[in-house]
Formats: sequence, structure tokens, C-alpha cells
Amino acid sequence: MKKFWTILASATLALTLLAGCGSSGNAPASSAASSAPSGGDTELTGSVATDGSTSMKSVIGALGESFQNANSGVTFTYNPTGSGSGIQAVSEGRCDIGLASRGLKDDEKSSGLTETVLAYDGIAVVVSPENPVSDLTIEQIADIYTGKITNWSEVGGNDAEIVLIGREAGSGTRDGFESITGTEEACQYRQELTSTGDVIATVSQNPNAIGYASLSAVKESVKALSVGGVAPSEDTVKDGSYLIQRPFVLVTKDGVTLSPAAQAFFDYATSAEAAPIIAQAGAVAANG
Amino acid sequence: MKKAKRSREVLEAAIHGVFLLLGLITVGCVLAITVYLVLSGIPAIREIGLWNFLFGKEWASTAADPKFGILPFLLTSVYGTAGAILLGVPVGFLTAVYLAKAAPPKLRAALSGAVSLLAGIPSVVYGLVGMMVLVPGIRKLFGLPDGASLLAGILVLAVMILPSIIKVSVTALEAVPPEYEDASLALGATKEETWFRVSVPAARSGIAAAVVLGVGRALGEAMAVIMVSGNAPNMPSLFESVRFLTTAVASEMSYSSGLQRQALFSIALVLYLFILLINAALNYFLKRDKEGGK
Repeated sequence: MKKFWTILASATLALTLLAGCGSSGNAPASSAASSAPSGGDTELTGSVATDGSTSMKSVIGALGESFQNANSGVTFTYNPTGSGSGIQAVSEGRCDIGLASRGLKDDEKSSGLTETVLAYDGIAVVVSPENPVSDLTIEQIADIYTGKITNWSEVGGNDAEIVLIGREAGSGTRDGFESITGTEEACQYRQELTSTGDVIATVSQNPNAIGYASLSAVKESVKALSVGGVAPSEDTVKDGSYLIQRPFVLVTKDGVTLSPAAQAFFDYATSAEAAPIIAQAGAVAANG
Repeated sequence: MKKAKRSREVLEAAIHGVFLLLGLITVGCVLAITVYLVLSGIPAIREIGLWNFLFGKEWASTAADPKFGILPFLLTSVYGTAGAILLGVPVGFLTAVYLAKAAPPKLRAALSGAVSLLAGIPSVVYGLVGMMVLVPGIRKLFGLPDGASLLAGILVLAVMILPSIIKVSVTALEAVPPEYEDASLALGATKEETWFRVSVPAARSGIAAAVVLGVGRALGEAMAVIMVSGNAPNMPSLFESVRFLTTAVASEMSYSSGLQRQALFSIALVLYLFILLINAALNYFLKRDKEGGK
């Protein structure tokens, strides 16, 4: 997949080069010059290059696809390199928009980068509806997943061993859950399943299981735990009171004007119009 | 006369060419896959080291200090396949003897139909039923915290290899010349004695081929076991969550990158060599069967 995107990116580059060579009156949109305001009906051309967080693959993929469907003249590329690389790429001008699945650090902000929260990735911790436990603190969850707490009775449940259900290595949900709870590489999984649906089905079958899944995927068959007394929902994720969440951020560089195509994508992605697409990709849109 | 003969020869040559071409497509596919697997499987083994790769006990592919030891997967695949054979072969073999020799025609037709149907069920369906019925069942029956385990994998595989074992064994048993059995019966042996003392030994290489076929099927199965065996990279133990060679490739492939992805190809290469070995064994048994018949 990575290779594919790289090829796509280089193909785009080659195309823009070609377009630049054969330039007639209208300058290619990728040049940063502020083009004359044109009528809303003129077709947008150029390219939008995004680079960064692998966890944002599904959200950015869905947004890019729908954006390209609406603007067939625009080439959209996404280079999944990781949040850190994405931030670096945008600060060095190697892409239009950087993607990060965390908020910017202070030194990154002071170096002239701006963050715009696109969406929130809320991760629900789920148990079987038969399980009497319905609230855990984030510390308890971390202790459970690292194997310090192994019995439900230690957190007010039945006397039964806790069965840890997780996702496979490389999964964005696993990466998100482990980085938020601070349990990277320390989780003692009993089962590593390859899809959200499998996690939910397994947890619903086993009264002693605990698992995690994207908030949007949680169904009736499992019970989503409240964390520190806050039940997971779109509202609590948005206002930050539900703790197991992280922002999906669009990073731009101060003082650099986005190309018309990139600006159009930026506006589209942060508009209420894009909210349902973001929701379908498993995140909670910041504006919607 | 001569002209007609000539055009027939041309036609034959043309048809011969077409068949050769079609045959070469298969050979080409096998060669392409082999070359690709070897080329993409070798780099990671080189980087990790053959010994560390095959006999490392720890698999942590996305850790900051990644570990790529596939011994847990290797052993799980071997144990899982052995377990499935241990359970599946006696059942399959006795079913085959019954079907080939003892079953009344109507029952035989019904049973054969059922066996064929079993062979036709997609593996994801086996996995789904295993996940929803077998896994919770094992959990309750043995009082375990969780039922997804090597045992669940073995049970699913045992059922999945039954059709191949039964069908090939039945064919082998039916090919035993009736004179052998008639002679045995005429000498005063009972029917049961005849089946097990005469028919089965006469068909033994075919039955061995059936077992080898079952081994190949069990070793290569991914979809059904990924759903019931838990996929944690533990050393194999009957009631623990385990990962097979096949599921190790399948479960991490979608998001993998870099050395992790290369290592997955290396696992596929190891699996491929395993299967080649099994196929060589199969060929050996089949060849011996043919020579024995002469």
C-alpha cells in the first residue's frame, strides 16, 4: 500500500511538472501565488499533497476520494509516514498539509506551524453486557491491559479472570488505544483480532472479555464503559471530557498561502459537509 | 488422400501447441510465485538471521526494538496440524471403510453427498461457526477465561480435512481388485477381517496419500483458524491463544511496512517450503501406488 501511494505521489509530481512545462495563460494551481479570484464555477485544478499519520488513513482516504469525485481536475495524494514525519514534511514545504494524530507540541507551534483539528478519534472500551462493571479509570484500564490487574473483582466485578482482546500490530485503533493509555508494547493480549467487527463479536460472546473499538463501531451487543465517570459519546469526545481519544490534526505552516486546490480541500475537510464522511470512517468530526 | 492427411497433421500440431501453451500457463504461475516468494522472503531472513528468525521465541513486529522470531508460529502449525490429523484421520479412515465396503447403497449415496457438501463449505463459514459456537463452548466446557485456543483451531481443522481424507481413501479402497476380497471370503474370513486384513493393506498407499493431503490442507488453512485461535504470538499450548504460520501472515499484512512486511514474506516462504515438502511426500506415495499396481 505504501508503495502504491509513493508511486501515486511521484506520478502526481511528474504530471504537475508536465503541466508546468506546457503552461499557458493560467498558472498551475500548485504554485503558491495568490491567483486572481475566479468564479465559483471554474473547475479547480492542481494537486493536494498530504503527508503524515498512518492512523488517519481511513479518514483522509475517504475525504480525499470524495473531494476528488467533486473536483476531477485535482490530484489528491496521501503519504502515510507517521505524525512526526508529516509535521516535518509540512514545515519543510514538502507537502501542502501535514497530518498528525496528536496535538502539536509547544515547540512545534512556536516554530511556525498551525494546527486545525479535523476530527477526534474516540476509542470505546467495551465489555459484555453481562459484566457488572460499567466504569473504569484510565489508570485501571492501563493496569488491566498491562497485566497488573488480572481479575474483575479487583475493579468491582465478578471473581473472574479478565480476558484482554485487542487488535493486530499495525492497526490504527491499537496504536491509538496504546498511545493514549500509555501501554505501548506492554499489552498482554489474549486475542489479537484483525477487525473491529471481530473484536465486538468476541467481546459480546465472553462475559469476562474487555476490548476496544472505534466509538462509531460500537453496537448494542456490547457495553461501552464510561471512563472516569464519563460515558463515551460524540459530545464527550468533542468537549474533551472523555479521555480515550486523540485529535486528528491538519498541520499548516504560518505565512505560506495554500494553493487554491489545497485550500479548497482544507475548507472542504473542515466543513460540516464532510462530517458524515468522517463519521463513516470511524471518527467524530470537529465541525458538524 | 494425402492432402487430407496433411491438413489433419497441421490441425493436430496446432491443437498440441494450444495444450502445451495452457500447460505452460500453470507452470509459469508456479514459477512466478516461487521466484517472487524467494526474492521477497530472503532479504528479511538475511537481516534478521536465519537462526534468530526460525528459532526466536518472541515476535514483536511493531515494537521499538522489533523481534522477529517465528518459532511459536512454526510449532503451532506443526502441533495444530498433528492434532487435526490425530482426530481427523481415524474418523475419516473408518468412514471411508464404511462407505466403500459396508454401507447400503442408499445410505452411501446420502453420506457421500454430505461429505462432498462438507468439502464445499467455504472456510470462512467454518471460522464463523467456530467463533460463535465452538469458542464459547470450549470456554464453558473447560472453565477457561477464554475459549479461543489451539484446541479450537485443531477441532475446526479436523473437521475441515475430513472430506479430503474420506474421498481419497474411498477411491483407494474401491480400486482394490474384488478378486482379493472374494479370495479372502472364500477362505473363510469374515467381512470385517477381509476389509481390515485385505482391502486396507492393499489400498494403503492411497490411504497414506489421503493423510498427506489432509496435512497439506490443515497446514495451509488460514481463514478458519484466524477466527478461532486468538492470534496472540504465544508458544503453543492446548488452551492458550496461538498464532499459526498462515495467520501470522494474514493478520499483520494489511498495515505492515518495512522489515515487518518483509518478515511476513519470509514466513510465507517458510510455509511454502513446508507445503512443497508435503507435496513431495504426496507424490512419493502416489508413485509408489502406481508402481505397486503394475
